[in-house]
Amino acid sequence: MHVPGTSINRNKRKLWQFHGGLHLPDHKSMSMQRPPVDALLDDLLVIPLQQHIGEPPEILVKEGDKVLKGQILARANAYVSAPIHASSSGTVVAIDEQPVPHPSGLSATCITIETDGQDKWDDCLPEPISDYKSCSADELLERIHWAGIVGLGGATFPSRVKLNPGPNKPIDTLVVNAAECEPYITCDDALIRNHAQEILHGIHIVMHILSVKLCLIGIEDNKPDAIAAIQKALSEHDTGDIELVVVPTIYPSGGEKQLIQILTGKEIPGNGLPADIGIVCHNVATLFAVNNAVSKGYPLISRMVTVTGEGINKPQNMIVPNGTLISSLIERAGGYHNNVNELIMGGPMMGYALSSDKLPVSKATNCILVTQKDNAPANTPAACIRCGKCAEVCPALLLPQQLYWYARARDLDKVQDFNLFDCIECGCCAHVCPSHIPLVQYYRFAKTEIWAREEDKRKSDIARQRHEFREARLARIKAEKQAKLRKKKEVLEKKKAADVDPKKAAIEAAMKRAAEKKQKLQEEGKIPANTENLTTAQQRQIDDANKRRENSES
Amino acid sequence: MKFATSTSPHTFQTDSVQKVMLEVLLALVPGIIAMTWYFGWGILVNIAVSVSVAVASEVFVIKLRKRPALPVISDLSAVVTGVLLALALPPLLPWWITAIGAAFAITMVKQLYGGIGYNPFNPAMAAYALLLVSWPKHMTSWLPPSMLNSTPLDFGQVLNVIFTGAMPAGLSWDTISSATPLDEMFTRLDMNQMIEEIRQSPLWGDFGGKGWEWVNNWYLLGGLYLLFRKVISWHIPISIIASLLVLSGLAYMIDPAVHPFPAFHIFTGGVMLGAFFIATDPVSACTTKKGQLIFGASIGALIFIIRSWGGYPDAVAFAVLLMNMAAPTIDYYTKPRVFGEVKDTSDD
Ligand code: SF4
Ligand code: SF4
Repeated sequence: MHVPGTSINRNKRKLWQFHGGLHLPDHKSMSMQRPPVDALLDDLLVIPLQQHIGEPPEILVKEGDKVLKGQILARANAYVSAPIHASSSGTVVAIDEQPVPHPSGLSATCITIETDGQDKWDDCLPEPISDYKSCSADELLERIHWAGIVGLGGATFPSRVKLNPGPNKPIDTLVVNAAECEPYITCDDALIRNHAQEILHGIHIVMHILSVKLCLIGIEDNKPDAIAAIQKALSEHDTGDIELVVVPTIYPSGGEKQLIQILTGKEIPGNGLPADIGIVCHNVATLFAVNNAVSKGYPLISRMVTVTGEGINKPQNMIVPNGTLISSLIERAGGYHNNVNELIMGGPMMGYALSSDKLPVSKATNCILVTQKDNAPANTPAACIRCGKCAEVCPALLLPQQLYWYARARDLDKVQDFNLFDCIECGCCAHVCPSHIPLVQYYRFAKTEIWAREEDKRKSDIARQRHEFREARLARIKAEKQAKLRKKKEVLEKKKAADVDPKKAAIEAAMKRAAEKKQKLQEEGKIPANTENLTTAQQRQIDDANKRRENSES
Repeated sequence: MKFATSTSPHTFQTDSVQKVMLEVLLALVPGIIAMTWYFGWGILVNIAVSVSVAVASEVFVIKLRKRPALPVISDLSAVVTGVLLALALPPLLPWWITAIGAAFAITMVKQLYGGIGYNPFNPAMAAYALLLVSWPKHMTSWLPPSMLNSTPLDFGQVLNVIFTGAMPAGLSWDTISSATPLDEMFTRLDMNQMIEEIRQSPLWGDFGGKGWEWVNNWYLLGGLYLLFRKVISWHIPISIIASLLVLSGLAYMIDPAVHPFPAFHIFTGGVMLGAFFIATDPVSACTTKKGQLIFGASIGALIFIIRSWGGYPDAVAFAVLLMNMAAPTIDYYTKPRVFGEVKDTSDD
């Protein structure tokens, strides 16, 4: 065996440390005893529609359609989205809800293909790009997007988005995550050993896209063969801007934040991204997929998966077409050993247990781990004795015991005061807790509660807004009605006034004339009766007016 | 095929509370042997009484709550509480006082708050304080260390004294009991005697009380073992000792005639036991590292203050209890900087 220490000394780079972490038995040799094999092609491939973070793609096929290998099944319309492709040729037999691997055991839309066994490639795949340097970043990004590449380290964030941080975030370093720190998992190790050249080429393509001058490959010192493979590839094709950095084996050195800290000493700000400090981080498998897409014109339709654990007869790595059922991988790996306990997707620290093996492998699947029942008595959780062991190992520098205390008390404000959302759910705390408290479960629960509460708040905000809108609308309608009414009234009054006027005018004129007459007569010395010289109509009007006055006076 | 499901992580270290407590008990062994060597069989009898009553009380409370008792008592925390209480008691204390203390510690201080993990106060120290306040005379009647004891009692006599109160023929309390060096020191300082005079007394050894200094050394050894095994972290014990050293050192420099020299403070009374075994009880102490330093330093300061100016000769129990009260607040204000947290410059 290779002595890990010697490879560390080859680093010129100063390494940093992150707080806490664990030295775990790595159980990696188990799945590395056999070389990787191709998984057998299943009769049915169940391809989940959504295998990435972001918007679901739009389905382009319908039941009964014949599809070829590599053909697009669903197209990404949104920016943060990724298409999916047929991983073999055959017929679409169903587009419906199927159980998918998910911590909550949910079902989701899947496209089921009955394979025809010919595995025939679609012939309208894009041309391989042999000279990526002559292409613009946009052309290459478009290709990566077309290929449906997402972060294969487990995050499944669309790679095109990650590779396009925008003009406000200048990037100077590409960090390649080859740490693979979780016990049991060896898919990246196997990929590097067998495809170091291609990965290196993928790195060059991505460096060209980002136009960065420095790439750091971080790899744990427990993978001497992979280290040697990269070194060999580097020596054959040395460009001087890629540095292989061997880091000590300590879980979770493969966490994005932790690896960047080890390599650069920089901390990604609390709710920020690596791009905020000029870094883009990609997993080796993603870079392998980038090379496949660019240099060969292949979409992402298969990946390396580790099938391992004490509960498996022949642990090994496999190249698995997207949509293959876990049960057939297990079969290929010699089936279950007796005394199977849990079936875990991912590693023992962060993976989640599945209740059934009739679930498809997706882009996110890096490992299928089958554990065995041990004879040790079950660890029943006891009370927290506040020993602080958890805080000593927490790589996020949190106080897990306080988080637990408040999560348990459902004090959702306090739990956020203690930075719940900086928890990366690495499981270190629960691993060391002498009281065997399933701490991470409490944190997930609290996070879900908080999200739910925020969702409720958003909903109630919307409801309140709606209510306010409605109130405002009613008020407006009322105001309009009143305004109309007022106008009507005014019109009416004006009309009334207009109706009265001619009579009044006639009366006034008559009275004026009478007064003039009276005056004239007075001047002449004769005082006639008031009502002399009146027309009958005038007389009647005067009578009416007098009557009205009397009425109003009485 | 159906599979078991649990949440991640799926592997656990085999550490358990029981293991932690076992380590603590193991670390106490040298101190216990030394105490027995200097102060006689009474120490072991006290431990036996205290532990059995503590465990019995725990079983009783758990049964009252209709829960299975075995998993609870097998964490050994009640045993540790029993032992720690017993080690703070005078060697010939009547058994029923010990029993009351142990029962109080478990039922009122620990289980009433919900059992291990929930008690705000250190059970052993709360019980010790209760006993000291209720039976001050009994609680301060110590024996002289073996080298000064002209009439050591054998095992049968000790049992007799503890359980029946009957003194062996020809002996009385006054003839066999003796004040502790701490008591002696501060009583005589109160009588305006000078340290020089007080140290003429045969009670004094090289740097603390005779016998006591060695007991403390053995506790220190046990404490170092706990540190080495990572059962406790250095923050609390070291800050207690450092703050006590600094304060007593300062006082000593100001007036050596009336302030005992620093080593006296460290190696007399229950400082080592308190610093390594009692104040480090994680349940009732601070949990943040910065908080632990404040917690420890304050305990050291309180020990010095209460010893110098308070009414009770030894102050470890009161200092620990006072700081137990402050622990949650200290924790809140000493949250460590989390990963990626930018130094606060603007708001908050
Ligand atoms: S490790 Fe477990 S028992 Fe210890 S403080 Fe953390 S949560 Fe509590
Ligand atoms: S799971 Fe969260 S709280 Fe626990 S050690 Fe990891 S980051 Fe810290």
